Amino acid sequence: MADSSATPASGKTFGVTIEKLSKSFDGVPVLKNVSLEVKPGEIFVIMGPSGSGKSVLLKHIAGLEQPTSGRVFIGEFDASDPATRDKVHLALVFQAGALFNSMTVYDNLALYPREHRLCSEAGIRERVMHALQILSLEKSAGQYPGELSGGMKKRVAIARALVMEPQLLLYDEPTSELDPVMSATITEIIATLREQTAVTTIVVSHDRDLAIAIADHMAILMDGRIRAVGTAADFKSPADPAIANFLSPTIDLKNPRFKQLENDYE
Amino acid sequence: MKQLYGILENIGSTLVMGARAIRYINTLPRQFPRFVEQCYLIGYTTMPIVTILCFFIGSVLALETGYSMSETFGAKQFIGTLVGLTMVRELAPVMVAILVTGRVGSAITAELASMKVYQEVDALVTMNIPPERMLVMPRMAAVAVMMPVLTIIGDLCGWYGGALVCKYTAAISVEPEAYFAALKRYMQMSDVWHGLAKAEVFGSAVVLVCCSIGLNTRGGPREIGSAVTKAVVVSLILILVLDYFVTKILI
Ligand SMILES: Nc1ncnc2c1ncn2[C@@H]1O[C@H](COP(=O)(O)OP(=O)(O)OP(=O)(O)O)[C@@H](O)[C@H]1O
Ligand SMILES: [Mg+2]
Repeated sequence: MADSSATPASGKTFGVTIEKLSKSFDGVPVLKNVSLEVKPGEIFVIMGPSGSGKSVLLKHIAGLEQPTSGRVFIGEFDASDPATRDKVHLALVFQAGALFNSMTVYDNLALYPREHRLCSEAGIRERVMHALQILSLEKSAGQYPGELSGGMKKRVAIARALVMEPQLLLYDEPTSELDPVMSATITEIIATLREQTAVTTIVVSHDRDLAIAIADHMAILMDGRIRAVGTAADFKSPADPAIANFLSPTIDLKNPRFKQLENDYE
Repeated sequence: MKQLYGILENIGSTLVMGARAIRYINTLPRQFPRFVEQCYLIGYTTMPIVTILCFFIGSVLALETGYSMSETFGAKQFIGTLVGLTMVRELAPVMVAILVTGRVGSAITAELASMKVYQEVDALVTMNIPPERMLVMPRMAAVAVMMPVLTIIGDLCGWYGGALVCKYTAAISVEPEAYFAALKRYMQMSDVWHGLAKAEVFGSAVVLVCCSIGLNTRGGPREIGSAVTKAVVVSLILILVLDYFVTKILI
Protein backbone atom coordinates (compact mmCIF):
# COMPACT_ATOMS: atom_id res chain seq x y z
CA MET A 1 0.00 0.00 0.00
CA ALA A 2 1.09 3.59 0.66
CA ASP A 3 4.03 2.29 2.65
CA SER A 4 6.04 0.58 -0.02
CA SER A 5 5.82 3.58 -2.31
CA ALA A 6 6.97 5.91 0.48
CA THR A 7 10.60 4.90 0.29
CA PRO A 8 12.37 7.90 -1.23
CA ALA A 9 13.08 7.23 -4.86
CA SER A 10 16.50 8.70 -4.36
CA GLY A 11 17.94 11.01 -6.95
CA LYS A 12 14.53 11.89 -8.35
CA THR A 13 13.51 15.48 -7.88
CA PHE A 14 10.59 17.60 -8.99
CA GLY A 15 10.00 21.10 -10.21
CA VAL A 16 7.01 23.13 -9.06
CA THR A 17 4.68 25.00 -11.37
CA ILE A 18 2.11 27.43 -10.02
CA GLU A 19 -0.51 28.50 -12.54
CA LYS A 20 -2.67 31.55 -11.90
CA LEU A 21 -3.21 30.58 -8.28
CA SER A 22 -5.78 32.61 -6.35
CA LYS A 23 -6.97 31.95 -2.82
CA SER A 24 -9.61 33.67 -0.74
CA PHE A 25 -10.56 32.97 2.86
CA ASP A 26 -14.27 33.71 3.38
CA GLY A 27 -14.24 36.05 0.41
CA VAL A 28 -11.09 37.88 1.50
CA PRO A 29 -8.47 37.46 -1.23
CA VAL A 30 -5.02 36.46 0.02
CA LEU A 31 -3.30 35.21 -3.15
CA LYS A 32 -4.12 36.95 -6.39
CA ASN A 33 -3.26 35.28 -9.66
CA VAL A 34 0.17 33.98 -8.62
CA SER A 35 2.21 32.18 -11.27
CA LEU A 36 5.68 30.81 -10.59
CA GLU A 37 8.01 28.26 -12.10
CA VAL A 38 10.52 26.47 -9.85
CA LYS A 39 12.97 24.31 -11.77
CA PRO A 40 13.98 20.85 -10.51
CA GLY A 41 16.96 20.99 -8.21
CA GLU A 42 17.09 24.73 -7.65
CA ILE A 43 16.81 26.85 -4.55
CA PHE A 44 13.96 29.30 -4.92
CA VAL A 45 13.54 31.99 -2.29
CA ILE A 46 10.23 33.77 -1.78
CA MET A 47 10.41 37.02 0.14
CA GLY A 48 7.72 39.46 1.06
CA PRO A 49 6.27 41.57 3.84
CA SER A 50 4.45 39.99 6.75
CA GLY A 51 0.92 38.98 5.82
CA SER A 52 1.57 38.98 2.09
CA GLY A 53 0.52 35.32 1.76
CA LYS A 54 3.86 33.47 1.73
CA SER A 55 2.85 30.77 4.18
CA VAL A 56 -0.47 30.28 2.41
CA LEU A 57 1.43 29.83 -0.86
CA LEU A 58 3.68 27.16 0.68
CA LYS A 59 0.65 25.34 2.09
CA HIS A 60 -0.79 25.14 -1.41
CA ILE A 61 2.40 23.51 -2.65
CA ALA A 62 2.26 21.06 0.25
CA GLY A 63 -1.39 20.30 -0.57
CA LEU A 64 -2.69 21.58 2.76
CA GLU A 65 -4.91 24.24 1.17
CA GLN A 66 -7.18 23.91 -1.83
CA PRO A 67 -6.90 26.72 -4.42
CA THR A 68 -9.92 28.96 -4.97
CA SER A 69 -8.82 29.03 -8.59
CA GLY A 70 -5.69 28.11 -10.50
CA ARG A 71 -3.51 25.02 -10.06
CA VAL A 72 -0.27 23.93 -8.47
CA PHE A 73 1.82 21.12 -9.94
CA ILE A 74 4.72 19.20 -8.44
CA GLY A 75 6.36 17.67 -11.47
CA GLU A 76 3.32 16.52 -13.42
CA PHE A 77 1.23 15.83 -10.29
CA ASP A 78 -1.49 18.10 -8.99
CA ALA A 79 -0.47 19.27 -5.51
CA SER A 80 -4.05 19.39 -4.22
CA ASP A 81 -4.60 15.70 -4.98
CA PRO A 82 -3.92 13.55 -1.87
CA ALA A 83 -2.53 10.77 -4.09
CA THR A 84 0.37 13.08 -4.99
CA ARG A 85 1.84 12.50 -1.55
CA ASP A 86 2.38 8.86 -2.40
CA LYS A 87 4.36 9.89 -5.46
CA VAL A 88 6.31 12.90 -4.23
CA HIS A 89 7.94 12.87 -0.81
CA LEU A 90 7.93 16.42 0.38
CA ALA A 91 8.86 17.92 3.69
CA LEU A 92 7.57 21.21 5.01
CA VAL A 93 9.32 23.03 7.83
CA PHE A 94 6.42 24.93 9.39
CA GLN A 95 6.85 28.52 10.44
CA ALA A 96 5.82 27.61 14.00
CA GLY A 97 7.59 24.23 13.97
CA ALA A 98 4.43 22.08 14.28
CA LEU A 99 6.31 19.57 16.44
CA PHE A 100 4.36 16.72 18.02
CA ASN A 101 4.02 17.99 21.57
CA SER A 102 3.34 14.62 23.12
CA MET A 103 6.55 13.09 21.75
CA THR A 104 10.18 13.62 22.62
CA VAL A 105 12.47 15.31 20.13
CA TYR A 106 13.87 11.89 19.23
CA ASP A 107 10.44 10.43 18.55
CA ASN A 108 9.46 13.50 16.53
CA LEU A 109 12.34 12.77 14.19
CA ALA A 110 11.91 9.01 14.22
CA LEU A 111 8.19 9.09 13.44
CA TYR A 112 8.53 9.37 9.67
CA PRO A 113 11.02 6.53 9.12
CA ARG A 114 9.15 4.36 11.63
CA GLU A 115 5.71 4.90 10.12
CA HIS A 116 6.99 4.29 6.62
CA ARG A 117 9.25 1.46 7.80
CA LEU A 118 12.24 2.87 5.97
CA CYS A 119 14.86 1.03 8.00
CA SER A 120 15.54 -0.90 11.19
CA GLU A 121 15.40 0.75 14.59
CA ALA A 122 19.21 0.90 14.63
CA GLY A 123 19.25 2.55 11.23
CA ILE A 124 16.64 5.04 12.37
CA ARG A 125 18.69 5.83 15.44
CA GLU A 126 21.71 6.55 13.28
CA ARG A 127 19.73 8.80 10.94
CA VAL A 128 18.07 10.70 13.77
CA MET A 129 21.25 11.24 15.76
CA HIS A 130 23.03 12.41 12.63
CA ALA A 131 20.33 15.00 11.94
CA LEU A 132 20.35 16.14 15.57
CA GLN A 133 24.11 16.45 15.46
CA ILE A 134 24.01 18.64 12.35
CA LEU A 135 21.74 21.07 14.19
CA SER A 136 23.66 20.73 17.50
CA LEU A 137 20.67 19.25 19.28
CA GLU A 138 22.14 15.95 20.54
CA LYS A 139 21.54 16.94 24.16
CA SER A 140 17.86 17.62 23.55
CA ALA A 141 16.97 14.20 22.12
CA GLY A 142 15.05 13.18 25.26
CA GLN A 143 13.30 16.49 25.82
CA TYR A 144 9.73 17.39 24.91
CA PRO A 145 8.98 20.32 22.58
CA GLY A 146 7.40 22.19 25.48
CA GLU A 147 10.80 22.30 27.19
CA LEU A 148 12.59 23.91 24.25
CA SER A 149 13.20 27.54 23.28
CA GLY A 150 11.66 28.97 20.12
CA GLY A 151 14.88 28.69 18.15
CA MET A 152 15.47 25.12 19.32
CA LYS A 153 11.99 24.14 18.16
CA LYS A 154 12.76 25.63 14.77
CA ARG A 155 15.96 23.58 14.58
CA VAL A 156 14.13 20.39 15.58
CA ALA A 157 11.62 21.10 12.81
CA ILE A 158 14.48 21.41 10.32
CA ALA A 159 16.11 18.23 11.64
CA ARG A 160 12.80 16.42 11.25
CA ALA A 161 12.69 17.47 7.60
CA LEU A 162 16.29 16.30 7.07
CA VAL A 163 15.50 12.83 8.42
CA MET A 164 12.72 12.52 5.85
CA GLU A 165 15.20 12.77 2.95
CA PRO A 166 12.55 14.44 0.79
CA GLN A 167 12.39 15.09 -2.93
CA LEU A 168 10.92 18.54 -2.41
CA LEU A 169 11.86 20.62 0.61
CA LEU A 170 9.82 23.60 1.73
CA TYR A 171 11.07 25.91 4.47
CA ASP A 172 8.80 28.52 6.03
CA GLU A 173 11.12 31.13 7.57
CA PRO A 174 13.84 28.73 8.68
CA THR A 175 16.05 31.42 10.18
CA SER A 176 13.55 33.56 12.06
CA GLU A 177 14.00 33.28 15.83
CA LEU A 178 17.63 32.23 15.40
CA ASP A 179 20.79 34.09 16.34
CA PRO A 180 23.10 35.26 13.50
CA VAL A 181 25.50 32.33 13.87
CA MET A 182 22.73 29.74 13.82
CA SER A 183 21.10 31.55 10.89
CA ALA A 184 24.33 31.26 8.96
CA THR A 185 24.55 27.57 9.85
CA ILE A 186 21.00 26.91 8.67
CA THR A 187 21.71 28.78 5.45
CA GLU A 188 24.74 26.57 4.91
CA ILE A 189 22.70 23.45 5.66
CA ILE A 190 20.06 24.41 3.11
CA ALA A 191 22.71 25.00 0.45
CA THR A 192 24.74 21.88 1.30
CA LEU A 193 21.71 19.66 1.30
CA ARG A 194 20.73 20.83 -2.16
CA GLU A 195 24.34 20.32 -3.24
CA GLN A 196 24.38 16.72 -1.99
CA THR A 197 20.90 15.52 -2.90
CA ALA A 198 19.86 17.96 -5.66
CA VAL A 199 16.56 18.39 -3.82
CA THR A 200 14.32 21.16 -5.09
CA THR A 201 14.17 23.70 -2.29
CA ILE A 202 11.69 26.50 -1.76
CA VAL A 203 12.51 28.88 1.07
CA VAL A 204 10.20 31.54 2.42
CA SER A 205 12.22 34.07 4.30
CA HIS A 206 12.59 37.65 5.46
CA ASP A 207 16.32 37.14 5.58
CA ARG A 208 17.88 39.14 2.77
CA ASP A 209 21.39 37.77 3.39
CA LEU A 210 20.14 34.19 3.18
CA ALA A 211 18.30 34.92 -0.03
CA ILE A 212 21.19 36.61 -1.80
CA ALA A 213 23.62 33.93 -0.59
CA ILE A 214 21.82 30.79 -1.70
CA ALA A 215 18.99 31.62 -4.10
CA ASP A 216 19.15 30.50 -7.71
CA HIS A 217 15.95 32.40 -8.27
CA MET A 218 13.96 34.73 -6.10
CA ALA A 219 10.47 36.14 -6.08
CA ILE A 220 8.98 38.98 -4.10
CA LEU A 221 5.39 38.51 -3.00
CA MET A 222 3.58 41.69 -2.02
CA ASP A 223 -0.07 41.85 -1.06
CA GLY A 224 -0.78 38.46 -2.62
CA ARG A 225 0.82 39.28 -5.98
CA ILE A 226 4.21 38.45 -7.42
CA ARG A 227 5.95 41.79 -7.61
CA ALA A 228 9.20 40.59 -9.16
CA VAL A 229 10.99 37.38 -10.14
CA GLY A 230 14.64 36.98 -11.05
CA THR A 231 18.03 35.66 -10.12
CA ALA A 232 19.61 36.64 -6.83
CA ALA A 233 21.89 39.06 -8.69
CA ASP A 234 18.86 40.93 -10.04
CA PHE A 235 17.91 41.86 -6.50
CA LYS A 236 21.24 43.34 -5.40
CA SER A 237 20.19 46.77 -6.59
CA PRO A 238 16.53 46.63 -7.56
CA ALA A 239 15.01 49.42 -9.65
CA ASP A 240 11.53 49.15 -8.16
CA PRO A 241 11.51 51.52 -5.16
CA ALA A 242 9.00 49.37 -3.23
CA ILE A 243 11.31 46.35 -3.50
CA ALA A 244 14.41 48.41 -2.74
CA ASN A 245 12.78 49.73 0.39
CA PHE A 246 11.60 46.24 1.42
CA LEU A 247 15.04 44.66 0.94
CA SER A 248 17.03 47.42 2.62
CA PRO A 249 14.70 49.60 4.63
CA THR A 250 16.04 52.86 5.93
CA ILE A 251 15.56 53.30 9.64
CA ASP A 252 14.14 56.74 10.15
CA LEU A 253 14.02 57.68 13.81
CA LYS A 254 12.04 60.76 12.94
CA ASN A 255 9.33 58.73 11.24
CA PRO A 256 6.20 60.87 11.12
CA ARG A 257 4.13 57.88 12.21
CA PHE A 258 5.66 58.06 15.66
CA LYS A 259 5.37 61.83 15.76
CA GLN A 260 1.67 61.27 15.43
CA LEU A 261 1.70 58.95 18.45
CA GLU A 262 3.70 61.39 20.55
CA ASN A 263 1.19 64.09 19.78
CA ASP A 264 -1.63 61.80 20.83
CA TYR A 265 -0.08 61.31 24.24
CA GLU A 266 0.50 64.99 24.90
CA MET B 1 -31.62 24.95 5.63
CA LYS B 2 -27.97 25.87 5.65
CA GLN B 3 -27.63 24.37 9.14
CA LEU B 4 -29.29 21.15 8.05
CA TYR B 5 -26.87 20.98 5.17
CA GLY B 6 -23.99 21.52 7.59
CA ILE B 7 -25.20 18.74 9.88
CA LEU B 8 -25.53 16.30 6.98
CA GLU B 9 -22.06 17.25 5.80
CA ASN B 10 -20.64 16.60 9.29
CA ILE B 11 -22.34 13.22 9.50
CA GLY B 12 -20.98 12.35 6.08
CA SER B 13 -17.41 13.36 6.84
CA THR B 14 -17.53 11.51 10.17
CA LEU B 15 -18.63 8.31 8.44
CA VAL B 16 -15.99 8.71 5.75
CA MET B 17 -13.35 9.19 8.43
CA GLY B 18 -14.56 6.07 10.22
CA ALA B 19 -14.46 4.05 7.02
CA ARG B 20 -10.92 5.25 6.28
CA ALA B 21 -9.83 4.37 9.79
CA ILE B 22 -11.29 0.87 9.50
CA ARG B 23 -9.44 0.38 6.23
CA TYR B 24 -6.17 0.80 8.15
CA ILE B 25 -7.02 -2.02 10.58
CA ASN B 26 -4.26 -4.13 9.00
CA THR B 27 -1.68 -1.72 10.47
CA LEU B 28 -2.84 -2.64 13.98
CA PRO B 29 -0.02 -5.11 14.72
CA ARG B 30 2.68 -2.52 14.16
CA GLN B 31 0.71 0.14 15.99
CA PHE B 32 0.33 -2.20 18.94
CA PRO B 33 1.98 0.09 21.53
CA ARG B 34 -0.40 2.91 20.55
CA PHE B 35 -3.35 0.51 20.80
CA VAL B 36 -2.30 -0.67 24.25
CA GLU B 37 -1.88 2.91 25.40
CA GLN B 38 -5.41 3.74 24.23
CA CYS B 39 -6.79 0.59 25.90
CA TYR B 40 -5.20 1.76 29.11
CA LEU B 41 -6.62 5.26 28.74
CA ILE B 42 -10.09 4.09 27.80
CA GLY B 43 -10.40 1.00 29.98
CA TYR B 44 -8.28 1.41 33.04
CA THR B 45 -9.00 5.05 33.77
CA THR B 46 -12.75 4.65 33.32
CA MET B 47 -13.00 1.49 35.42
CA PRO B 48 -13.19 3.11 38.89
CA ILE B 49 -16.11 5.37 38.02
CA VAL B 50 -17.86 2.56 36.19
CA THR B 51 -17.66 0.35 39.28
CA ILE B 52 -18.89 3.04 41.64
CA LEU B 53 -21.68 4.30 39.41
CA CYS B 54 -23.03 0.90 38.41
CA PHE B 55 -22.83 -0.34 41.99
CA PHE B 56 -25.06 2.48 43.15
CA ILE B 57 -27.41 2.24 40.21
CA GLY B 58 -27.94 -1.45 41.02
CA SER B 59 -28.49 -0.55 44.67
CA VAL B 60 -31.02 2.17 43.95
CA LEU B 61 -32.83 -0.07 41.50
CA ALA B 62 -33.14 -2.77 44.17
CA LEU B 63 -34.20 -0.26 46.80
CA GLU B 64 -36.91 1.40 44.71
CA THR B 65 -38.38 -1.80 43.34
CA GLY B 66 -37.89 -3.61 46.65
CA TYR B 67 -40.06 -1.15 48.54
CA SER B 68 -42.87 -1.13 46.01
CA MET B 69 -42.76 -4.89 45.55
CA SER B 70 -42.69 -5.75 49.25
CA GLU B 71 -46.36 -4.67 49.45
CA THR B 72 -47.40 -7.22 46.83
CA PHE B 73 -47.21 -10.77 48.07
CA GLY B 74 -44.58 -12.89 46.32
CA ALA B 75 -43.28 -10.14 44.05
CA LYS B 76 -40.08 -9.74 46.06
CA GLN B 77 -38.61 -12.89 44.57
CA PHE B 78 -38.41 -11.12 41.23
CA ILE B 79 -36.15 -8.27 42.39
CA GLY B 80 -33.09 -10.16 41.24
CA THR B 81 -34.58 -10.68 37.81
CA LEU B 82 -35.52 -7.05 37.49
CA VAL B 83 -32.19 -5.60 38.60
CA GLY B 84 -30.27 -8.17 36.59
CA LEU B 85 -32.10 -7.64 33.31
CA THR B 86 -32.27 -3.85 33.51
CA MET B 87 -28.58 -3.61 34.25
CA VAL B 88 -27.54 -6.01 31.52
CA ARG B 89 -29.86 -4.87 28.78
CA GLU B 90 -30.00 -1.16 29.36
CA LEU B 91 -28.34 0.62 32.22
CA ALA B 92 -24.82 -0.76 32.14
CA PRO B 93 -24.21 -0.10 28.41
CA VAL B 94 -25.74 3.38 28.54
CA MET B 95 -23.96 4.37 31.74
CA VAL B 96 -20.62 3.05 30.54
CA ALA B 97 -21.04 4.95 27.26
CA ILE B 98 -21.88 8.15 29.11
CA LEU B 99 -18.86 7.73 31.38
CA VAL B 100 -16.60 6.97 28.43
CA THR B 101 -17.86 10.16 26.78
CA GLY B 102 -17.07 12.26 29.81
CA ARG B 103 -13.83 10.61 30.78
CA VAL B 104 -12.31 9.64 27.42
CA GLY B 105 -14.29 11.28 24.61
CA SER B 106 -13.67 14.76 25.94
CA ALA B 107 -9.96 14.02 26.31
CA ILE B 108 -9.76 12.65 22.76
CA THR B 109 -11.42 15.75 21.33
CA ALA B 110 -9.20 18.06 23.36
CA GLU B 111 -6.05 16.24 22.27
CA LEU B 112 -6.93 16.04 18.57
CA ALA B 113 -8.27 19.60 18.48
CA SER B 114 -5.06 20.88 19.99
CA MET B 115 -3.03 18.85 17.47
CA LYS B 116 -5.12 20.36 14.70
CA VAL B 117 -4.88 23.92 15.95
CA TYR B 118 -1.10 23.72 16.45
CA GLN B 119 -0.66 22.26 12.94
CA GLU B 120 0.51 18.84 14.15
CA VAL B 121 -2.18 17.25 11.99
CA ASP B 122 -0.96 19.26 8.98
CA ALA B 123 2.55 18.03 9.72
CA LEU B 124 1.29 14.43 9.69
CA VAL B 125 -0.45 15.00 6.38
CA THR B 126 2.69 16.41 4.74
CA MET B 127 4.60 13.40 6.10
CA ASN B 128 2.08 11.18 4.29
CA ILE B 129 0.96 9.64 7.57
CA PRO B 130 -2.85 9.66 7.40
CA PRO B 131 -4.30 10.98 10.69
CA GLU B 132 -7.01 8.34 10.38
CA ARG B 133 -4.36 5.66 10.58
CA MET B 134 -2.29 7.00 13.43
CA LEU B 135 -4.86 8.90 15.49
CA VAL B 136 -8.30 7.40 14.83
CA MET B 137 -7.75 3.69 14.17
CA PRO B 138 -5.96 2.78 17.44
CA ARG B 139 -8.64 4.59 19.43
CA MET B 140 -11.47 2.84 17.63
CA ALA B 141 -9.83 -0.55 18.06
CA ALA B 142 -9.22 0.15 21.74
CA VAL B 143 -12.78 1.22 22.42
CA ALA B 144 -14.09 -1.85 20.58
CA VAL B 145 -12.07 -4.05 22.94
CA MET B 146 -12.71 -2.12 26.14
CA MET B 147 -16.45 -1.43 25.89
CA PRO B 148 -17.51 -5.06 26.50
CA VAL B 149 -15.04 -5.36 29.36
CA LEU B 150 -16.33 -2.21 31.03
CA THR B 151 -19.93 -3.21 30.45
CA ILE B 152 -19.45 -6.62 32.04
CA ILE B 153 -17.79 -5.00 35.03
CA GLY B 154 -20.74 -2.61 35.19
CA ASP B 155 -23.20 -5.52 35.06
CA LEU B 156 -21.47 -7.35 37.90
CA CYS B 157 -21.22 -4.26 40.10
CA GLY B 158 -24.88 -3.49 39.54
CA TRP B 159 -25.93 -7.01 40.47
CA TYR B 160 -23.88 -7.05 43.63
CA GLY B 161 -25.06 -3.57 44.59
CA GLY B 162 -28.63 -4.82 44.29
CA ALA B 163 -27.85 -8.01 46.23
CA LEU B 164 -26.34 -6.08 49.13
CA VAL B 165 -29.31 -3.74 49.40
CA CYS B 166 -31.73 -6.66 49.31
CA LYS B 167 -29.96 -8.43 52.12
CA TYR B 168 -29.40 -5.50 54.48
CA THR B 169 -32.61 -3.52 53.99
CA ALA B 170 -35.04 -4.74 56.67
CA ALA B 171 -38.17 -4.06 54.62
CA ILE B 172 -36.87 -6.11 51.69
CA SER B 173 -34.59 -8.74 53.25
CA VAL B 174 -34.11 -11.07 50.29
CA GLU B 175 -31.15 -13.39 50.75
CA PRO B 176 -28.42 -13.30 48.09
CA GLU B 177 -29.10 -16.94 47.20
CA ALA B 178 -32.71 -16.18 46.36
CA TYR B 179 -31.74 -12.95 44.60
CA PHE B 180 -29.19 -14.58 42.32
CA ALA B 181 -31.41 -17.60 41.71
CA ALA B 182 -34.11 -15.24 40.42
CA LEU B 183 -31.51 -13.37 38.39
CA LYS B 184 -30.31 -16.55 36.74
CA ARG B 185 -33.68 -18.06 36.10
CA TYR B 186 -34.90 -15.41 33.63
CA MET B 187 -31.60 -14.20 32.27
CA GLN B 188 -30.48 -15.62 28.96
CA MET B 189 -27.20 -15.38 27.17
CA SER B 190 -28.98 -13.36 24.47
CA ASP B 191 -29.66 -10.63 27.04
CA VAL B 192 -25.95 -10.32 27.69
CA TRP B 193 -25.18 -10.16 23.97
CA HIS B 194 -27.89 -7.56 23.56
CA GLY B 195 -26.18 -5.34 26.14
CA LEU B 196 -22.71 -5.87 24.74
CA ALA B 197 -23.87 -5.08 21.21
CA LYS B 198 -25.34 -1.84 22.45
CA ALA B 199 -22.13 -1.01 24.25
CA GLU B 200 -20.09 -1.60 21.09
CA VAL B 201 -22.36 0.63 19.03
CA PHE B 202 -22.30 3.43 21.60
CA GLY B 203 -18.55 3.23 22.18
CA SER B 204 -17.67 3.30 18.49
CA ALA B 205 -20.08 6.15 17.86
CA VAL B 206 -18.68 8.21 20.72
CA VAL B 207 -15.06 7.74 19.66
CA LEU B 208 -15.90 8.45 16.03
CA VAL B 209 -17.76 11.65 16.86
CA CYS B 210 -15.10 12.84 19.29
CA CYS B 211 -12.28 12.18 16.80
CA SER B 212 -14.16 13.82 13.98
CA ILE B 213 -15.03 16.97 15.90
CA GLY B 214 -11.47 17.20 17.22
CA LEU B 215 -9.87 16.82 13.81
CA ASN B 216 -12.24 19.35 12.24
CA THR B 217 -11.46 22.10 14.72
CA ARG B 218 -10.45 25.38 13.12
CA GLY B 219 -9.10 28.48 14.73
CA GLY B 220 -7.24 28.98 17.99
CA PRO B 221 -7.14 27.71 21.57
CA ARG B 222 -10.64 28.96 22.32
CA GLU B 223 -12.03 26.63 19.68
CA ILE B 224 -10.46 23.65 21.47
CA GLY B 225 -12.77 24.32 24.41
CA SER B 226 -15.87 24.69 22.29
CA ALA B 227 -14.95 21.56 20.31
CA VAL B 228 -14.88 19.55 23.56
CA THR B 229 -18.25 20.90 24.64
CA LYS B 230 -19.72 20.15 21.24
CA ALA B 231 -18.27 16.63 21.17
CA VAL B 232 -19.69 15.78 24.60
CA VAL B 233 -23.15 17.16 23.82
CA VAL B 234 -23.35 15.44 20.43
CA SER B 235 -22.11 12.15 21.93
CA LEU B 236 -24.65 12.17 24.74
CA ILE B 237 -27.55 12.89 22.39
CA LEU B 238 -26.28 10.27 20.00
CA ILE B 239 -26.07 7.61 22.75
CA LEU B 240 -29.72 8.08 23.69
CA VAL B 241 -30.96 8.25 20.10
CA LEU B 242 -28.94 5.19 19.12
CA ASP B 243 -30.18 3.44 22.27
CA TYR B 244 -33.75 3.67 21.03
CA PHE B 245 -32.98 2.44 17.54
CA VAL B 246 -30.57 -0.32 18.53
CA THR B 247 -33.06 -1.59 21.11
CA LYS B 248 -35.79 -1.54 18.48
CA ILE B 249 -33.64 -3.56 16.10
CA LEU B 250 -32.46 -6.06 18.70
CA ILE B 251 -35.76 -6.68 20.46
N1 LIG C 1 -6.70 29.78 7.53
C1 LIG C 1 -6.85 31.10 7.29
N2 LIG C 1 -8.07 31.67 7.38
C2 LIG C 1 -8.24 32.97 7.13
N3 LIG C 1 -7.26 33.82 6.78
C3 LIG C 1 -6.02 33.33 6.67
C4 LIG C 1 -5.74 31.94 6.92
N4 LIG C 1 -4.42 31.73 6.74
C5 LIG C 1 -3.90 32.92 6.40
N5 LIG C 1 -4.84 33.89 6.35
C6 LIG C 1 -4.64 35.29 5.98
O1 LIG C 1 -3.81 35.32 4.84
C7 LIG C 1 -2.92 36.39 4.90
C8 LIG C 1 -1.52 35.90 4.58
O2 LIG C 1 -1.11 35.02 5.61
P1 LIG C 1 0.31 34.30 5.59
O3 LIG C 1 0.39 33.49 6.83
O4 LIG C 1 0.49 33.62 4.31
O5 LIG C 1 1.31 35.52 5.69
P2 LIG C 1 2.88 35.48 5.58
O6 LIG C 1 3.24 36.12 4.30
O7 LIG C 1 3.38 34.10 5.80
O8 LIG C 1 3.30 36.42 6.77
P3 LIG C 1 4.49 36.23 7.84
O9 LIG C 1 5.71 36.69 7.17
O10 LIG C 1 4.08 37.12 8.95
O11 LIG C 1 4.53 34.81 8.21
C9 LIG C 1 -3.06 37.02 6.26
O12 LIG C 1 -3.76 38.24 6.11
C10 LIG C 1 -3.88 36.03 7.04
O13 LIG C 1 -4.74 36.72 7.89
MG1 LIG D 1 4.29 33.06 7.22
